[in-house]
This record gives sequence, structure tokens and C-alpha cells, in this order.
Amino acid sequence: MSTTVTTKVRTPLRPARILLHLFLAGAALAWLGPLLWALYSAMRPYAETSEKGYVSWPDKLSLDNFTNAFTQSDMGHYFVNTMIIAVPAVLVTLFLSSMVAFYVSRFDFRINLFLLLVFTAGNLLPQQVIITPLYRLYLLVDLPGITMSGKLYDSALGLVLIHVAFQSGFCAFVLSNYMRSLPHELTEAALVDGASVWRMYWQIVLPLCRPAMAALATLLSIWIYNDFFWALVLISTGENMPITSALNNLTGAYFTDPNLVAAGALLTAIPTLIVYFVLQRQFVSGLTLGANKG
Amino acid sequence: MTTETTKEIPEAAAVPPPGAAPAKKVPQGHRRLLTRRDRFTLALMAGLPTLLHIALVWVTAFASIALAFTTWDGIGFDSIKWVGLQNFKELFEQNPQFWPAVEHNVIWFVVLIAIPTPLGLFLAVQLDKKIRFSRVYQTAFFLPVVMSMAVIGFVWQLIYNPDTGLINSLIGANEPGKYIDWIGDPDLNLWAILIAASWRHTGYMMILYLAGLKGVDPSLREASALDGANEWQTFKNVIFPTLRPTNTVVLVVTIIEALRAFDLVFVFNKGAEGTELLSILVTNNIIGESSRIGYGSAIAVVLLLISLVVIIPYLVATFRKERRA
Repeated sequence: MSTTVTTKVRTPLRPARILLHLFLAGAALAWLGPLLWALYSAMRPYAETSEKGYVSWPDKLSLDNFTNAFTQSDMGHYFVNTMIIAVPAVLVTLFLSSMVAFYVSRFDFRINLFLLLVFTAGNLLPQQVIITPLYRLYLLVDLPGITMSGKLYDSALGLVLIHVAFQSGFCAFVLSNYMRSLPHELTEAALVDGASVWRMYWQIVLPLCRPAMAALATLLSIWIYNDFFWALVLISTGENMPITSALNNLTGAYFTDPNLVAAGALLTAIPTLIVYFVLQRQFVSGLTLGANKG
Repeated sequence: MTTETTKEIPEAAAVPPPGAAPAKKVPQGHRRLLTRRDRFTLALMAGLPTLLHIALVWVTAFASIALAFTTWDGIGFDSIKWVGLQNFKELFEQNPQFWPAVEHNVIWFVVLIAIPTPLGLFLAVQLDKKIRFSRVYQTAFFLPVVMSMAVIGFVWQLIYNPDTGLINSLIGANEPGKYIDWIGDPDLNLWAILIAASWRHTGYMMILYLAGLKGVDPSLREASALDGANEWQTFKNVIFPTLRPTNTVVLVVTIIEALRAFDLVFVFNKGAEGTELLSILVTNNIIGESSRIGYGSAIAVVLLLISLVVIIPYLVATFRKERRA
């Protein structure tokens, strides 16, 4: 990388710059190392690595482990589970938190700060603080006919609810900051014209929040996709687990050798990597704009 | 629109800079214009999400506190019995995993704040120098942050596995008798996991500091250079002090991260000897064979108290600043 720099730049490069590039390129490669190692292991047949050891030149590289990992463990099923949880969770979180943000940022009611405080503090709590009573609550709530399990426990609905409740704190905080930076004349004029509060929210404020919503949607998708803990505790049937949590069960049951484990782990990471590469800007801006997120 | 957003978004960061809320006070007439229907809509808009959040997050958090003073078998509310401080007593005096868990949580924080955080700051400072390929480097360092902790756990197992892992294969310690058990040995496993955790944390810190550095007034740097300060002096005396808001956020994020640490350890070795954490103890109490609700809640309360010591001052400071703005 650093060699191309020296040829392209018009002004001669200072040695310090070249050194810096060497350092950064080296460090970046080292940072990718664990992933490249996983990729390398995943592309080699188990028979070969067990005979020659993992640190050896490859005779054969293929994607067989990926296809085997995917079909043997029925990974597609778990990806679908994740979609069933993540899509509604992201949409509902954004919808609810934007309403709260609209309320606290546009109307100077006294509980504004308090409300925002409750939401933000709740979001910063470690999940394990609430899990014991939550687990009991989910077992107690009967929902015959609504969820497969007849309870909130072991259902996609239960996971969607806790994701929404937990993440909406963070989103409400970020969105209310964003909405506050919009000029107040916008909504005031609408109010004088007799527009309803709902129209102000839906047709005036919300469209202006599109950039912040896009950033949050990207961030939420990745977070909810990556969730391991909620599903581990609140889902009992292995079949109902989203992919990230299912990975733990699949290892051992289907991913019987390290090469298959590597392939399975990388397959699980692929959707997040795609989202990240396509929407990198949204993700990074979302993360820094909600820098209070743990 | 897009250029505007990139500028605006770091501005609206968790620690809102003064002046971020130009028109906060709404004129009195505003509210009088609301019809009864509008008021109803507003109440619903704010009320429904609040209800959901409070029911699932705060009611359960307070229930944790209440249950910590009881024993309960989980079957029927009649069987809840008040036992006072007995759960805590048992936890502090008899549980051999409790104090190691507290210690590991502390070590987790100390390591994260001492190694990956300064490293992330260092990388951010280098990448902020209008350098070529800055984006490529950033992408590499940031990649682990996008992946789930569970996946990271599996990826690092391929490195630490005593039989097939990269390290032992490289140093020839993968034969019986020469094993270095990075995952099982209680003297080693926490440090092995912390390397994986630091690998991820560095990128996260780098991004936070990059955002902070973008907000530093370039004229400060010029003035410092004119005064004849070298790079290190400029950073130490001019840049770093202006990063104070970012440092606060970084500190809070790192503490919370250390308290939340769970997935990585669970995937690695289920929190076996050497890697106990408070979060692991709470969870094992639920999904383990003998679930004791009151006892598990007592562990959660310890976790809650430590979290609140961090969360409350931070939020008070943040919101006080906001109110002044």
C-alpha cells in the first residue's frame, strides 16, 4: 500500500509519513489477522489440516466447508428467525422512540428531562441486572394462541419487545437531540395553520430526521442481529433461536471440526459485514452520535 | 443534505455542546394552540413507549432489588418469603465465585482503559492527519466492532485452541505434555480473552476519538505550531485538553462495557474457573440447574449498584449541561 503512495503523491513524501504508512499498514494487517486466519482455516478440508496441521501450506482451497456448514445445520432457518425478530424490532424501536423524541423536544412539558433521563439510564444498565425478574415475567405472561409457546418466554414476540424496550432509550435520546436542532418555526407555523400534532410529527418533523433515522436503523440492525444474551436466556427451544445465539448450539452438534466452526462463524458475520461495508457512514455516525451507548 | 448531516451528527453527540439547542424554550402560546385531541395524541405518543420501557426495564430492575431480599421458587407469589440480608450474606461469605468475579470485572475495566483505549486514541490521532488511505485503515481497525462478541469468541478460539489453534501450532505446544491451555488454564484464560476484547475495543475507541478530533478547532493547532510546539507538545497541551468531553464518554463506555462483558466469555469457556464475571454468575443462576431467584437477584443488585455509581453522575452532568444550553 505504502509503495503506491510514494508514486502518486506530487510533493515528495517525508520519511516520517512513509514510516507512518508502514506502521498503519502493518497494524491494519495484524488487526485483520484473526479474521484472515479464520478464513484460511475455513477454506481448507478437515482431512488435510488434521494430517498436516493447521500451520501448513494448502493443497486445496475450497468453499466446501461453507456450503457444508450452511446446509448441514440448516443455517437458513436461523437467518429467517433473526429476520423475524430484527425487522419488526428495528422498525418499532424507531417508531416509538421518534414519538418520544418528538414529544420531549417539541413540547416544553416539565417531565421532559426526567423522561429522557429514565430512557437513557435504562439503556445504560447491564442486561443482567434485569434478566432474573424479566425471565420470570416472561414465564408468567400467558399468551395462548398468540405465540407458539403460549407465553412470552420462548417466543419471537418476547425478544422483539425487550429489544424495543431496551434500545428505545438510546434512540429517543439521539433523536431528541437531533430534533432539537431543527428550527422551531417549522412546527410553530404548522400549529398556527391548524395542523394536528400527528401531522406535525408525521409530515414535518419525521421526514427531516431521515439522516438520523438511517444512522440509527443501521446501528440497531447490527446490534439486534448481534444480540446473543437475550435469546440465550429468553428462548429455550434451539429451533427458535436467532442465528447469533444458535451458533453456540450448532457448534458441537453440526460444526464438528474447527474448519466448520470457522466457516459457520464467518457465515454468521457476513450479513453484518455487508451492512457495514454498504452503510459504513451511517454506522459510524450513528455510533459517535450516540456515544453514550455501552 | 449529506454534508450537513456529517457535520451535524457529531455535534449532537452524547455530551451536547453548549448552544446545540437554540430554541429550547417554546413560547407559551404554543401550548394553548393544542386541541384536546392533540393533547390526547401527545399523551399516547409519549405514554405508550414510556410504559413499555418502564415495564420491561425499570420495573424489572426494581423487582431485582426487591427479590434480592427474598427467597422464591418461582411458583406462585405466595411462596415469596422475606429473608432480609441473607442472600447477600451468603453471596459475600460463602460463594467462592463471587469475589473472583468482582476482581475479574475490575481487571476487565483496568485492561480496557489501560491498553486499547490509549491505542485507539493513538490510531485516531495518526488517522486524523489527512493521511492517504485513512479510510482503508479505519475500516480494518473498526471491523471487529461490527461483529458480534459471539463470533469474535469463535474466531479467537481458532487461535487459542490447545490442539488446533494458531498459537500452539506455531510454537509447537500442541502435543501432549507440552500443552499450553489458553482456554482452560485459570491463570491464562482471562488474559487470553482480554486480548480478544481489546482487539475489539481499540477500534471502538478509535472511532470515538476520531469524532472528537474532528471537532477540534484547526486554528488551535496552527497557533500551537506558530508558538514552536512540536507534535507531542501540541497534542499534550492543546489537543488532549479539548478532548475532555470525548474522554468522559470513553470512560463511561469502557466501564459499562466492562460490566456488560458476557458473550465473549460465555462462548469461550462458559465462565469456567479463571473467567468468572458478575454477569456470568447471574446468568448461570437462571439457566443452570438450580435456579435461585432471590440469590440471583442479589448478584444483579451488586451489578446494578456499581452501574448506577457510574451512570447517575454521568447523566446528571450531561443533562445539567443540556439544561444550561
